[in-house]
Amino acid sequence: MVKLSVKDLVIGYLDKQSGHTMVAVDKVSLDIREGEFVTIVGLSGCGKSTFLNSIAGLVKHQHGQIRVNDRLVNGPGTDRAVVFQKASLLPWRKVGRNITYGLELSGMKLSEAREKASYYVNLIRLNGFENHYPHQLSGGMQQRVNLARALACDPEVLLLDEPFAALDAITRELMQNELLELCEKVGKTVVMVTHQIDEAVLLSDRVIIFSARPAYVLDDIPIPIPRPRKSHIKDSEEFRGLMSKIWTVIEGNANIGGGI
Amino acid sequence: MRHVTVFPKSNVAQREKVLNLLLGSSVIVLFLVGWELLFQFKIVNPLFISAPSRVVLAEIAMINDGTLLKNLSVSAKEFVLGYGAAILIGFPFGIILGWFKLIRGSFGPFIAALQATPRVALMPLFIIWFGLGITSKIVVVLMSAIFPLIVNLRVAMTTIDADLVHVARAYGASRWQIFRSIAFPTSLPFLMTGLRLAAGRGLLGVIVAEVFGGAEGIGYMIQYAGSTFQTDKVFAGVLVVAVTGITLDFSLDRLGRYFDRWRGEVPVH
Repeated sequence: MVKLSVKDLVIGYLDKQSGHTMVAVDKVSLDIREGEFVTIVGLSGCGKSTFLNSIAGLVKHQHGQIRVNDRLVNGPGTDRAVVFQKASLLPWRKVGRNITYGLELSGMKLSEAREKASYYVNLIRLNGFENHYPHQLSGGMQQRVNLARALACDPEVLLLDEPFAALDAITRELMQNELLELCEKVGKTVVMVTHQIDEAVLLSDRVIIFSARPAYVLDDIPIPIPRPRKSHIKDSEEFRGLMSKIWTVIEGNANIGGGI
Repeated sequence: MRHVTVFPKSNVAQREKVLNLLLGSSVIVLFLVGWELLFQFKIVNPLFISAPSRVVLAEIAMINDGTLLKNLSVSAKEFVLGYGAAILIGFPFGIILGWFKLIRGSFGPFIAALQATPRVALMPLFIIWFGLGITSKIVVVLMSAIFPLIVNLRVAMTTIDADLVHVARAYGASRWQIFRSIAFPTSLPFLMTGLRLAAGRGLLGVIVAEVFGGAEGIGYMIQYAGSTFQTDKVFAGVLVVAVTGITLDFSLDRLGRYFDRWRGEVPVH
């Protein structure tokens, strides 16, 4: 069953310096099945974050359609939840109230929201930290709260916008493993944007490569590595083969487009 | 749970604190002793300068005959009503001014002009409009205290973290929800700073207004004592104002820290 369907999506924006309308995303079509983990990779500034933001409903598209569960998307909604690169927790709220924030915004009563969130608090191993303020947590922990906040809303589609890019290398690897485990447990439909090719291969069922700006789909590479996966698969021949395959496509496009 | 070792404040810092306290208080003591000596040995005309001992005696006399309480309660009433009105009007107005661009654009210059006008200079007008009684004083306090509040809260609205708003919007928050969950908490520390500044201005407003024209209140008492060469009473009145000001500022600082506790340990200098 198709969970998220994007058809002929075109996103333009007004370049303030030149006054021209620029195209960021050019006729992208994608179908993402229920429970699928799809990652979008591409050169920085290629428009993949813009693409994700438009699925989130934060960026208007000029042409095409976005559908979740066959329902047309027009603006933000509770059927999608985004995890941005920056944790952006409300600093005056304790961890517990940060996790329930999304639910509270959807109009849920606090007691009910707490109950609903508690499952994810346990799952992401944040129990015992509910009464901490965000500034008392490490960057990795803050990002876990961010993730828990999104999952607590129980969205149809989870959108991850370079979720680990602001973390140090070690924390990033650990978080990748945790996300891998988590996704296999909850079976959410996920669309992630990243720069890390290894991260993309490790976590995804499919890796979609965007071209340099304006973005269109260069390639759509399935990752047939069986699940459950463990991080040591990164050492396997198959893993490295997939990475170099993706890299070749990106590199080829960069050379043609002069994108670097 | 893991063990957390809390290190005691280092001895060096402790010693520095004690030393500062000692130095600070000895300067005050020296000043008071010197002042007293100037008076006792009649180095300066005693009528002009009074003396700490005389001020204390005057203070006690004023407490005993009830004049202090009577005047203090009048001044306090003027302050509380004016300050309260300033908060009730200034807080929402500052927020509205910062939150809505159009209103900021329309009222900004007007507010700036009003702010630049010395309110005390308007005192004769306030007396004409509101009489010599308590109302004109309340208006002076209100006009003195309201601007720090308006300005601070307007600034608060412009410091709202855009990333937080972005997240809230991604979760489908309405403008009102963004205001309640992000803008309002952001404004609280600014409100506290505004309250402290406003308290200082308001206090000044009370005293100046009473000195200017009136028949009761601490400011009037000071003015009257001055024009009758009762320097002891002048100092005694000033002391009351100073103590009130310090107490008010200290309490508001404490309250501000309470609202700021989510920020964690802020180094105190």
